Amino acid sequence: MNTIWVLLIVISILFSFLNGRLGEFTKSIFEGAKSAVEVSLFLLGIVSLWLGITKIIEDSGLIHRLSNFFQYFVRRLFKNIPGEHPAITSITLNLLANLFGLGNAATPLGIKAMQDLKTLNPDGETITFEMMVFIVINTASIQLISFTVIGILADYGSKDPSSIVLPTLLATFLSAVFALGLLFAVRRFFK
Amino acid sequence: MKTISLISQLIIPLFILLTILYGCIKRVRVYDCFVSGAKEGVGVVIRIFPYLLAIFVAVKAFQSSGAFELIQGLLQGILETFQIPIDVVSIALIKPLSGSASLGVFTNIVKTSGPDSLATRICAVIMGSAETTFYVLAVYLGAVGIKRTRYLVLVCVIADLVGIIIAISIVKFFS
Repeated sequence: MNTIWVLLIVISILFSFLNGRLGEFTKSIFEGAKSAVEVSLFLLGIVSLWLGITKIIEDSGLIHRLSNFFQYFVRRLFKNIPGEHPAITSITLNLLANLFGLGNAATPLGIKAMQDLKTLNPDGETITFEMMVFIVINTASIQLISFTVIGILADYGSKDPSSIVLPTLLATFLSAVFALGLLFAVRRFFK
Repeated sequence: MKTISLISQLIIPLFILLTILYGCIKRVRVYDCFVSGAKEGVGVVIRIFPYLLAIFVAVKAFQSSGAFELIQGLLQGILETFQIPIDVVSIALIKPLSGSASLGVFTNIVKTSGPDSLATRICAVIMGSAETTFYVLAVYLGAVGIKRTRYLVLVCVIADLVGIIIAISIVKFFS
């Protein structure tokens, strides 16, 4: 992240200078700070909401029922997580929320999953392989149907807005498989 | 289409109802339980905030600097050889950085090139099959204070790139 951040900032300043947009640069960093506050406030609400709901799921034992569904898949991918560990639940719930395109639920549940994964390796500041698998799945966007996109297409009078569903599914599936495959291949290389 | 959107509207309410009813059946103090879980939210968001701030500032600055236009110009030649609309570059560049900005760019492409054009279809598939990678990275890594990410960012960036190529190929194949 360090490299990416430095690159973004340095390139921005350089190009702002070359394009004579230095004024816009200064304006844009304040705008960025403002939207970070707005997004955080938004997150504060939904993260707390979903942490409340997941607490009920945990304490009532609903966890065990829910995770039975996905457990086979989750266990195959995350071999080093002990069977009864809470991370299995939060990962399962995050993946479900992602599949259904519930971004507002997926992010809080994902944060919870990261924290649960962290308890397996509490002192480390270095990322664990399980965390990497989890993040790669999340950055691969595994949602089944993108309602926002279909909505926009319909709004602008597309003849068949849902015709993108199948290609999107196929693209999502292939790129998720590629991303995971790449991650596992790179691990072998670094070993 | 109607049934699908109805189902998607039902998921969250049904899920919450199921959770609360199940809690009641198991004799859990649902309200107290909810409050004690929600209490943790504040700490989580405060921990993430500086990471969000860093990434948002960098992305906004990058957008306003005009670097996008230059990259578009550089790629134009390559894209023309493969007969890929230039609009694809804007979506491919903006989607990993910002969700709301990519929605704006996408809407603009639909408006200018038509709702059933090749450009629109490719961009629609990219919108659905790519994620706001850097936002996800900032939030999830920030939440647990990870400093050394090993090869994660590299894998994510390559995967994004290949994902976009996959999206373009699939749309071209289908049309």
